[in-house]
Amino acid sequence: MSLIIGMCILLGCQFLGEVISRALSLPVPGPVLGMLILLIGLLIRGSIPASLRTMGEGLLKYLTLLFVPAGVGLIQHFGLIRQELGILIATLLVSTSVTILVTSQILQRVARKGRAAGEREA
Amino acid sequence: MNDLRLEQIWVYLSASPLLHLFATLLAFIVATVINRWAGGTPLLHPVIVTIALLIGFLLLTGTDYPTYFQGAQFLHFLLGPATVALAIPLYDHRERVRRMLWPILIGTISGVATAVVSAVGIAMALGANTETILSLAPKSVTSPIAMGIAEKLGGIPSLTAGLVLITGVVGCIVGPWIFRMTRITDPTVQGYSMGLAAHGFGTAYCFASIGAVAGAFSGLAMGLSGLITAFLLPPLVHLFGL
Repeated sequence: MSLIIGMCILLGCQFLGEVISRALSLPVPGPVLGMLILLIGLLIRGSIPASLRTMGEGLLKYLTLLFVPAGVGLIQHFGLIRQELGILIATLLVSTSVTILVTSQILQRVARKGRAAGEREA
Repeated sequence: MNDLRLEQIWVYLSASPLLHLFATLLAFIVATVINRWAGGTPLLHPVIVTIALLIGFLLLTGTDYPTYFQGAQFLHFLLGPATVALAIPLYDHRERVRRMLWPILIGTISGVATAVVSAVGIAMALGANTETILSLAPKSVTSPIAMGIAEKLGGIPSLTAGLVLITGVVGCIVGPWIFRMTRITDPTVQGYSMGLAAHGFGTAYCFASIGAVAGAFSGLAMGLSGLITAFLLPPLVHLFGL
């Protein structure tokens, strides 16, 4: 029974998120709103129901398997990929490197400042 | 006579969801074994190998994607509830977030903005077409969220799924090298940057190669940046006039 309750909580949040996203025509995907709704719910409740943890962590453990069906869909875009292969590779390589570089530099600086301030207070 | 029987069985199987659901799970098991043999390298990530095996299978048997998807849709559907379930690790890390609220908020927003602006900017400068750009924009975010965003923006969700996977592989290869070059040794900073730029791949890499603290921060970054990207990306892309 516990798996069913856990799944119901997840589907219920997704359902609410989907309804809100469509009703207000928000650009945010329904499941993301569902995640936000669940997070707020958990913060109010103050703990995670065991049924939800079993179901949710089971799903997250195999998350990688779940994007296989969509990934196989690349088969439909071979033409587009061949045409823009250079652009795709250059963009992914440069953008990912820049993102890691910028994020780590900013975090390093902000965290150091935060730590120094903390030490002064102490 | 025998050939005819076999052909009849194949005709039945290739039209029912059973075959392709089974093939997907089987390919995943084979890919996981292959990855273990290869020492867990991100270049042969189980998901990439699974997809390659299945694409090969479809091409060999002359099966089209909609037929395959009839079987695979049962797995695909679970992406929705799995995205909702990302709230669980976020909730587990709530104390850490509260303690480091400002660094995390500043780091996440600037990281997400960098990921989106650099991807869209470079692709535009190189003359990519609009659909490709919109499919590239959410590339750093974990797949279920990225695909949802691409769909809402008018990109191609399945192209996005592939680009997200490749981004993950690229992140695991360049990340450690960047940290060495810029002398970043703090595991929390390394983990957070990897999770933000390379989602689940970065998180798996952190747990395996840097440590539990880096892994936890990476998972946190994956959830938070997914959430923030979903809200930040539509207006950012709008800035580029798309």
